[in-house]
Amino acid sequence: MKFFLNVLKDKLAALSLCIIVVTVSVGIFAPLFAPHDPEEVHMELRFASLSWEYLLGNDHLGRCILSRLIYGIRPSVLWVFVALVLSVSFGAFLGFIAGYFRGKTDAFVMRVCDVMLSFPGYVMTLALIGILGVGLENILIAFVLSKWAWFARIIRTSVMQVAESDYIKFSKALGVSDIKIMVKHIVPVALPDIAVISSSSFGSMMLQISGFSFLGLGIQAPNAEWGMMLNEAREVMFSRPEFMLAPGLAIILVVSAVNFLSDALQVALDPKLMISKHKLQGLARASAANLQGKEVA
Amino acid sequence: MMNLLEVANLKIWDRSTGKVIVSNSSFQVKQGSCLAIVGESGSGKSVTCRAVMRLNQAGLLESGDILFNGENLTRLSEKEMRKRRGKNLCLIMQNGMRAFDPSCVVGVHLKETLAAHFGWSSGEITAKMKHAMESVMLKNPIELMNKYPHQLSGGMLQRVMIALAIVLEPDIMIADEPTTALDTISQYEVIAQFIRLRERMGCSMIFISHDLGVVRKIADEVLVMKDGEIVESGTTQAIFSAAEHEYTRYLVSTKLALNQHFKRIMGGVHVDPR
Amino acid sequence: MGNFIINRLLFSVPLLLTISFFSFILINLSPMNPAEVVLQAQGVPVITDELIAETNTKLGLDQPFLIRYIHWFLACMQLDFGISYVTGQPVWSLLGPAFLNTFKLTFVSVIAIIALSIGLGVICALREGKRLDKSVRGVSFFLTSMPSYWLAALLVWYFSVHLDLLPTSGMDSYQSYVLPVTVITINYAGIYFRIVRSSMLSNLNEDYVLYGKACGLSEKIITLHILRNSLQVAVSVFCLAIPTIFGSTVVVENLFAWPGLGTLSVKSILSRDFPIIQAYVLILAAAFVLFNIASDILNAAMNPKLRTGL
Repeated sequence: MKFFLNVLKDKLAALSLCIIVVTVSVGIFAPLFAPHDPEEVHMELRFASLSWEYLLGNDHLGRCILSRLIYGIRPSVLWVFVALVLSVSFGAFLGFIAGYFRGKTDAFVMRVCDVMLSFPGYVMTLALIGILGVGLENILIAFVLSKWAWFARIIRTSVMQVAESDYIKFSKALGVSDIKIMVKHIVPVALPDIAVISSSSFGSMMLQISGFSFLGLGIQAPNAEWGMMLNEAREVMFSRPEFMLAPGLAIILVVSAVNFLSDALQVALDPKLMISKHKLQGLARASAANLQGKEVA
Repeated sequence: MMNLLEVANLKIWDRSTGKVIVSNSSFQVKQGSCLAIVGESGSGKSVTCRAVMRLNQAGLLESGDILFNGENLTRLSEKEMRKRRGKNLCLIMQNGMRAFDPSCVVGVHLKETLAAHFGWSSGEITAKMKHAMESVMLKNPIELMNKYPHQLSGGMLQRVMIALAIVLEPDIMIADEPTTALDTISQYEVIAQFIRLRERMGCSMIFISHDLGVVRKIADEVLVMKDGEIVESGTTQAIFSAAEHEYTRYLVSTKLALNQHFKRIMGGVHVDPR
Repeated sequence: MGNFIINRLLFSVPLLLTISFFSFILINLSPMNPAEVVLQAQGVPVITDELIAETNTKLGLDQPFLIRYIHWFLACMQLDFGISYVTGQPVWSLLGPAFLNTFKLTFVSVIAIIALSIGLGVICALREGKRLDKSVRGVSFFLTSMPSYWLAALLVWYFSVHLDLLPTSGMDSYQSYVLPVTVITINYAGIYFRIVRSSMLSNLNEDYVLYGKACGLSEKIITLHILRNSLQVAVSVFCLAIPTIFGSTVVVENLFAWPGLGTLSVKSILSRDFPIIQAYVLILAAAFVLFNIASDILNAAMNPKLRTGL
């Protein structure tokens, strides 16, 4: 807890957290905040500009852009977060088991990870969408299935570092049970690491999902989603480029906030990174692994 | 005897936190003599020496005067200073394993250094280094020069640094805990080379160490540092027999106590107390 | 060294086999019946059970799973990936040119990314904490948080529509490369720039730099040593950048109507053209594995500690 409080001393990090918290709560309570029904069509208001009634104007079907933006938080941010949590939990579970027990379990899990990771992230997701069919749920499922291996591998490394430390060996020698060691000693140490890697991939996941929606592979009309809104705006891009602004800026704002927070977490963790500074080889591996998660949309 | 190096009112502090690391220290190194700086880790020994060579990181600021052969080093331009480094003031690092670029063979560093100072050709450098390396008991010098640092031991790399110093013929040599990272046998070999070096070249030396046994053997004068301050200085003889400052006495006595304890465990086997 | 390469290649064989098996079952997991897809694509009005059975036989789908896999695998080895369900053309005749086009785009982009990230990374590391460093980092941070398609749309709007300088889509001349390459470069250079910079910085604090300075070496020589060591890390990362970017040009390709793998794969997904999806997955995964090996070998060749230990 102290670690997370330290992070918040950084003013920009605190601001980022505020942005995220506000976005998430507005998204959860969307019906309370949205001034209109996001799917209500008003053909007479097509491409209407900003007004007091419709703060951000109306789109090509006369729907309220602000309301669509607010409802769009749900698929663009909240569902992505759910997918992330599922994927991280699954990866963390396997990573813990592999990193703590080592031996055959470890070898098996890592071989599976090798296979999973030999498919570049995008390709894996595309393949799964290809099989499961187009739609937001399918993209989310594809994300969970294609990302866990990456989390498992990183969490395994961090668990292994802890598990090999003297105090864990000492606890083991004293006969403390494995579960107790894991819960009391390894989880608290590995938790910041997990927070950093999951937050750093959260941003890129949001970008990717909105990218897929933009391509028409994700959520289907008439539902509101930021990537989808951009896709709709693209059709009138040459005549009315201003329609690209609202959803685009919304994505940039939230993704920057997430990335910034993740960076602040990483900086707070730096003393730990400094210890292994001389393991250049390790650095290469780590950054290569980092890249896998950092695909941009 | 004339003073080769005079450090006056040297103060070093951290730019961002303002924390003082070394406060107001002054000392002299006489021509041809060896000054040992002893103290616990973190007492400011290394920082003091790097300050003399103006090699501290940008985050550390220093004030005071450093007179070398009558010339104030703190006033020199970076370019002039660079000419002095290596040629006049030579540093021997603590960890030989990390002192050489891991992706080049050892010879690359030697050639670059000697070419920078003397402009010698590759052949000349090899011949001179071969001679110097043989004199510090390194066998097959040509082969060694074509090896990567990780293929050599810490003691060997330490002696490569000494060999380089022999060729450079500096006026003063600064050895920053040169034996700490070594095992006992390599320590002995490296110290033997230092002693021979002084006998042969007659150059001055600053020897940083926390091993009082080694200091007693090699140093003419001793400087005791604690928490960034010089608490005592004097000839080796005086420091070891009649230390005035409590901290020095503490250092010397713990050393003695350790020795005695060691002797007791060894059950009367004779151990040289140095 | 030779042993290392052979080992690495041998090790990849089971991996490649697993990947091919995986690509194969992937398609068989689909809830849709392939025969139905084929018939729908051919515009058959009424799909009867007999027609499905007939198509199954024609496509060899009535044979046991393992037999089909072996047939498919052997065919794949000869670049025969089957026939597109939708157009009836051989998959390779569609995939081959697309592969080449995506490769061209990736190649140009990767070169731009390497040049930009090494250049900026080195400059920023040498001026750590100064204004230039801070502003470059700030801008790169902002650009990595930007959706590529949004950036692309802005660029298209400005350069193609407003200024009418560059084509909006297609792959007709070298001018067509400018916008897609810019978008990919801007999106990825930030990540690689950070890696180069932090690797340079960690080297700057190494003992060998201090010793080099203490020996009176010039800034230039020392910087070259630092570069050499930092780029070792960067090279392996850049090697992986090629397949990573290769696999993620999807959005950009679709936006600019680039006739590459990304456009083809999305089209195939929307029309459920399984043989193409299957081949796409297989080829990209295989390329990824091979590039991984290349990166390991290159890394070993550059790092004496690894090289001499082999």
